[in-house]
Amino acid sequence: MIRFQAVHKSYRVDGRDVSALQPFHLDIADGEVFGIIGHSGAGKSTLIRLINLLERPSGGRILIDDVDMTALSEDALRQKRQHIGMIFQHFNLLASQTVAQNVAFPLRLAGERNAATIRQRVDELLARVGLTAHADKYPSQLSGGQKQRVGIARALANRPSILLCDEATSALDPQTTASVLDLLAEINRELKLTIVLITHEMDVVRRVCDRVAVLDAGNIVESGSVVDVFLHPQHPTTRRFVNEALPEEAAGEQAPFAHVPGRILRLSFRGDATWTPALGRVARETGVDFNILAGRIDRIKDLPYGQLTLAMQGDRVDDALACLRQAAIEIEEITTPSQENRP
Amino acid sequence: MSAAPLLQSLFPNIDDWGEIGQACIDTLLMLGGSLLLTVAIGLPLGVLLYLTGKGQLRAMPKLYAVLSLLVNILRSIPFIILMIVLMPVTYVLVGTKLGIRGAIPPLVIGAAPFFARLVETALREVQRGVIEASQAMGASTWQIVRHVLLPEARGGLIAGTTVTAIALVGYTAMGGAIGAGGLGDLAYRYGYLSYKSDYMLVTVVLLIVLVQLLQMLGDRIVARYTRH
Repeated sequence: MIRFQAVHKSYRVDGRDVSALQPFHLDIADGEVFGIIGHSGAGKSTLIRLINLLERPSGGRILIDDVDMTALSEDALRQKRQHIGMIFQHFNLLASQTVAQNVAFPLRLAGERNAATIRQRVDELLARVGLTAHADKYPSQLSGGQKQRVGIARALANRPSILLCDEATSALDPQTTASVLDLLAEINRELKLTIVLITHEMDVVRRVCDRVAVLDAGNIVESGSVVDVFLHPQHPTTRRFVNEALPEEAAGEQAPFAHVPGRILRLSFRGDATWTPALGRVARETGVDFNILAGRIDRIKDLPYGQLTLAMQGDRVDDALACLRQAAIEIEEITTPSQENRP
Repeated sequence: MSAAPLLQSLFPNIDDWGEIGQACIDTLLMLGGSLLLTVAIGLPLGVLLYLTGKGQLRAMPKLYAVLSLLVNILRSIPFIILMIVLMPVTYVLVGTKLGIRGAIPPLVIGAAPFFARLVETALREVQRGVIEASQAMGASTWQIVRHVLLPEARGGLIAGTTVTAIALVGYTAMGGAIGAGGLGDLAYRYGYLSYKSDYMLVTVVLLIVLVQLLQMLGDRIVARYTRH
């Protein structure tokens, strides 16, 4: 468990204190993938660095498994850091060392001297990230995705309980991003370690995170399960992020539907409800007509979800909505333009 | 001995080539000894400058200011003056002010601060992110210096050593003027004081060859160890 208690951070710039993070509380549970999303400058890099104390908080406490990180001696902190892995946007590998040597580095730092033990562990790690064939290459000979895999192998070397990902996929192309995210999800599943990642891409959050916090100008403006935040964003910043991930939704704001007859509704399905033919059944039973304006079916991590924007017409629309709600479908009424437009 | 008459006619004043050979050896000895000590002193000094600098791992503004001033002072004194000023110190350190041994202390004191600055600059070229990653892995400052900074800056450090070695060749030649021996001494005594210009020519050519060899060697080692 990672727990932030009233933590805040400010920097001194030209003799003035500039606040980077307003006081906040946050709990990150063991074994979850926790995303922190924000625009550049929102304070997310600072936040993730508070966990391993690369940045010291200006106030408050950071507890990892009930140990107050801010109270540790320098030696104790170094010990603790050996069990918190971290990967970076620009990989930060040692250019003068081979892939195998890079992965062996944290083992050596932790005091491992036995060459055979190191070799065996490095082989294991390289096999996990699929780079066995590249052990003796130098980082400059690898692609971005391969470099990040070396970074991941290195971060896992000392069997950490926490993995911090600092914009780990921001420098990668979409396809490589997907494969690195799959690897992170696999590691989370199999090694049961806690992953904290920061990103500016909602898609990264959607693919791998269980919970998310939205950071805006040093404040956590929204947090919760990814499904809730994704399907029902509250804060304007969150809405913007969600809309980036759902391009057709961005176009689906009220305005384009102003002249569509009927009540404009947004239906959200999650889990098994996504696969049930509820809409057709309800339309038949209640005799309402519907017209799909926008829609999407996708997954949030492993959970299927669907979101449909539609216009509904008929005498028994309210009955239809009640039936749909009964089928565990969430409904949001966007506007009722047919009434507003009535002369 | 078929080359002897040709050499005789080209360089009429040079009757003892063995003396030139000895001067070469003396220059190489001074160079080797002083370079070794310069690196031994300048490398830690450069690391210290880097670490105590603003925003670095062990930032200590006051210590940095003192070290920086000391380095700047030593670097601003022309070598020939430094050599004269240091004569008493040299005598205390090695028991003589003359010859190869007498030349080494001022050579080292003149070149070490220069090399330290080159080391500091080379270390600053190491990516900040790599250092941060090492800190995140729980590396101590010493481990970062030993396993990250020095290996990652290897190319720059070797290039800096080459530049320093070449500067030292120049210093040894100057040292010759005040009794240090070697090629500079030969050029000064025979070439300048006795108007034997062929001595001057041979000395200069040998110095050029030496500098070329050092540069080539340095470049080759840099190329061998640079992986970017």
